[in-house]
Formats: sequence, C-alpha cells, structure tokens
Amino acid sequence: MTTDALLSMNVTNVAYIVAAVLFIVGLKRLGSPATARNGNRTASMAMLLAVVATVVGNDIASWEWIIGGLIIGAAIGTYAARKVEMTAMPQLVAIFNGFGGAASGVVAAAELVKLIDLDAVIAEDVSITIMASVIVGGVTLTGSFIAFGKLQGIVPTRPLLLPIRNVINVALLIGMIASTVWLVIDPSITPFLIAAGIALALGILVVIPIGGADMPVVIALLNSYSGIAGAATGFVLHNNMLIIAGSLVGASGLILTRIMTKAMNRSLANVMLGGFGVEDGAGGAGGEEERPVRSIQADDAATMLAYAQSVIVVPGYGLAVAQAQHQVRELADLLKDRGISVKYAIHPVAGRMPGHMNVLLAEANVPYDELKDLDEINNEFARTDVAIVIGANDVTNPAARTDTSSPIYGMPILNVDQAQSVIMMKRSMSSGFAGVQNELFFLDKTMMLFGDAKDSVEKITAEVKDL
Amino acid sequence: MFDAEALIIALTVFVLAIFIGYEVITKVPPTLHTPLMSGSNAISGIVIVGALLVAGQADGITGQILGAIAVGLATINVVGGFMVTDRMLKMFKRSGED
Repeated sequence: MTTDALLSMNVTNVAYIVAAVLFIVGLKRLGSPATARNGNRTASMAMLLAVVATVVGNDIASWEWIIGGLIIGAAIGTYAARKVEMTAMPQLVAIFNGFGGAASGVVAAAELVKLIDLDAVIAEDVSITIMASVIVGGVTLTGSFIAFGKLQGIVPTRPLLLPIRNVINVALLIGMIASTVWLVIDPSITPFLIAAGIALALGILVVIPIGGADMPVVIALLNSYSGIAGAATGFVLHNNMLIIAGSLVGASGLILTRIMTKAMNRSLANVMLGGFGVEDGAGGAGGEEERPVRSIQADDAATMLAYAQSVIVVPGYGLAVAQAQHQVRELADLLKDRGISVKYAIHPVAGRMPGHMNVLLAEANVPYDELKDLDEINNEFARTDVAIVIGANDVTNPAARTDTSSPIYGMPILNVDQAQSVIMMKRSMSSGFAGVQNELFFLDKTMMLFGDAKDSVEKITAEVKDL
Repeated sequence: MFDAEALIIALTVFVLAIFIGYEVITKVPPTLHTPLMSGSNAISGIVIVGALLVAGQADGITGQILGAIAVGLATINVVGGFMVTDRMLKMFKRSGED
C-alpha cells in the first residue's frame, strides 16, 4: 500500500471514530426534550461526516450512479418528510424502516456480485454475513410494507391467520439455513436469490397475523431489525462504522419493543405469534351487549366540564383517526381560562406507534409537560372531577385489574374509573382491539358521548363558550 | 480469506456498541419515543456508507445498478429520517414557551 493510500485510510478511520462518538452523543441528547433537537442535528452531522469520509477515503470509480442515487433519494426523503401528516407518522416510520432494510440487502447483493465477478475466494464469515444482511433486510422490507399497509388500511388490520402458517414458517426457516450452507460451500447467485425470496415471503407471513393495535410493537421491532441489518452489512464489508451505528439502532429498537410489550403485559412471542383478539370469536362486531349505559349529549358534557375543577384528557387511537388534536387543545384552553386544571394521560401503547399521542398533541401546541405518563398520573384520577376519554378503549378497561379471565388481565391501565365522573367519546359500543367489552362503559359514573370525536369536541367547545 | 482476528474485533465492536446503545437509550421519556424511532431510523441509514463503497467500486453494470439503488434507498432513510425528526421536535414545547 502506498503512503498516500495508507494515510487516507487512517484519516477515514479517525473520521469514523469521531462520527461514532457524535452518533452516541446525538442519541443521548435525543433522550431529553430540551436537548432532543440538538441531538438529532448532532446525529445528522455524524452521518454527513461518515459519508464524506467514505467518499474521500476510498477510490470511487464511478460517480454518475452514486450522484443519481443521492439526488433521487434526497428528493423522495425530503418530500416525504415535509408532506407527511403527524397522524400518519407510524406509516412513514414503517416505510423508512423498510427502505433501510432493503438498502442493506441490496448492498449485500452488490458485494456478492463483485466478489463473484472477481473470482475471489469468499471467506465463510463474509458469506454468512451476506446471508444475514439479505435475510434480516428482506424480512424488514416486506414486514414493514405489510405494517404500512395495515396502518394505512390497505391491508386488513385484523389478524389474518393462515391455516398451516407454522408449518410454512418452519419450512421457510429450513430453506434459509439450507441456502446459507449452500452459499458457504459453493458461492453463487442462486442460493442468495433463494434466501432473498424466502426472507421477503417471511416478512409478509410474520406481520400479517398481527393485529392493528399491536403495530407499536411491530414497528419498534422492525426499527431494531433495520439497524441489525446495517450492522450485518458492516460485517460483510469489514466496516466498523456500519457495525457501530447499526448496533445502536438495533439496541434502541429492542428497548422500545420491550417497553411496548411490557405496557401490554404480553411477551414478544405472544405478540409475534399473532391472532390476538380473534380467539374469543369476538372479532367482527364485538358481541352484542345487553347492559344499559348512560348516554349524554354535547351540552351536558360541556356543563360537566365547565363546572369541574380538574379534568384529565385520555387520548387514544380514535383521536388520531378523527384528527381531533387541535379541537381538543382548543377545548382545553377554554377550560384553563375558566381556572380548571387540565392534564393529559398518555398510555404507552395509545396510538399506533410508541409516542404517537405525544407527537399529535405537540402538533396541536400542547406543551409536553402537560402530557403525563401512566406512573405520573394514575394516582391523580381519584382526585379528578372529570376524565374525558377520546378514542381510547382497552387501556382504560378496569377488567384488566380484576377479571382474571380477560385477555387483557394484568395489562397496566389508566385508572380512569377512579375519577368522579367519566365522559367516554366513542363512535359506537363496539369493543376495543382485544375483543372484550370495556367494563368502564357500564359504571354509573360513566357517560357515553357517541359520535365522531372531532365533531363532539367542537360541539362541547361551542357550548362551553356559551355558558 | 477467513480472518479470525478481524472477525473477533468486529464482534467486539458489535457487542460493545449494543451495550452503549442500551445504556444511552433506556432513560428516554415516553414523550420522545416517536422522534427517537424516526431519528434512530435515520441513523440506520448508515448503510449509505456501505452503499457508497459498493457503488463506487463496482465493476460491472449489475454492481453499479445495485449500488445506485442501495444509495438511493439509504439516502431516503437518512434525509427523510433526520428531516421528519427535526420537524417533530420543533413542535415539542414546554408550557409558556413560544
């Protein structure tokens, strides 16, 4: 190696170390609201540094294709980031995860093509990690697209269970191992393509039996996979930058996955096996309910709220569907002007991705210190006059505390039932995702306000203004 | 050629990085879970480095096309991920802050 080449290689590696440190610092700063924006910028600087160091430190033979890819990718990324609605953030993150996984798989493919063209001897660790990148990348790609489809309503959100899915999955796993062994023994494109095909099929089969409300777990897990796929690609290319950044993402995705499954009191295996909420035959309509409920109109709700001293708002996925975040904030402002304390209680799995409700309410200019998580707020319900539940269901069901036969038994819930009175905004009496009726509906203190959340909140706001 | 030493070093880096990631991220408040996901998603776009390497060193047309696709996909991830995270974080405000 010439002195020049050696020097530029060392410069690149030093730049990689700096970038790795900046990634870690950036992630750390992302962990606190005051520094998060700065953290994101730090991480983006780290990325820029890594890219520049790579381009400068290596002999790039052909620029045309690279520049083409950069321009098209940057244009699509910019457009998507600017245009996406905050309610559609889970879809965007899902699809970005998919692209990340796909990129890792394609890099592995390109490296394999290059090595075969060069007639190089491919070491076992390289061929195994090539397979690892394409398999994790492929599963991430199609899994993310199915998750996107479910979130967007293109793919049915209910769990779809194939009759012999376990047999199929095992067969696919065996196929993966066999094709990996094949590639190690006889490096060629065929086993690679077989593994890629299997991974793409597996991604679909793994996500399709998982119901819509379990998507926070799925997205967090796919987030982790996109990082792991990147790290695997780092093993293929012997590049520490990829290994470090990929592992950081892999770890963060796993942590979020664990937080989500804990908040549902379910194991990851239970979520991934899918089918949750269909076993009870309660799927579709959610079972007819004979017990009476108390139903009120917007003007009654307005009176209750206007003469309360403290109100807790409990938002759920229904708030996102109705796009009612701005109306909720307007009502809260009005109540605060009357001297009423207003807080928001956010369950960790409310919405369709971790933190979904927080982003929606932030968009509506609700200060983040008014958003309280489960542990912070659960003791306050007993001291609260009115809890107003907007499009949340299972996370408020007191059966989770008491009914050992309930599928959601043991799930940490918001203690909405301890408030003096409860206003429950819902479209209908249908049950939540878990397929169980919410015991909260039938309490004496609970008033049902049926209708579209945005509509109802607007009406209440108008009534409160008139009081 | 199989290089056990290089593999061990790579594995060491991998394991340590996972631990660092775990320690750094465990304490993120729920408010920031979505930006953390989109931000870490942008970081997983680091595969752009791999994409640049394979695209720049590709010999045949197949390799070049694959490289360009990988660069494009990773760039979407990086640019879109960091931008959307910034857009979200811009909205997070404390009481009384404008």
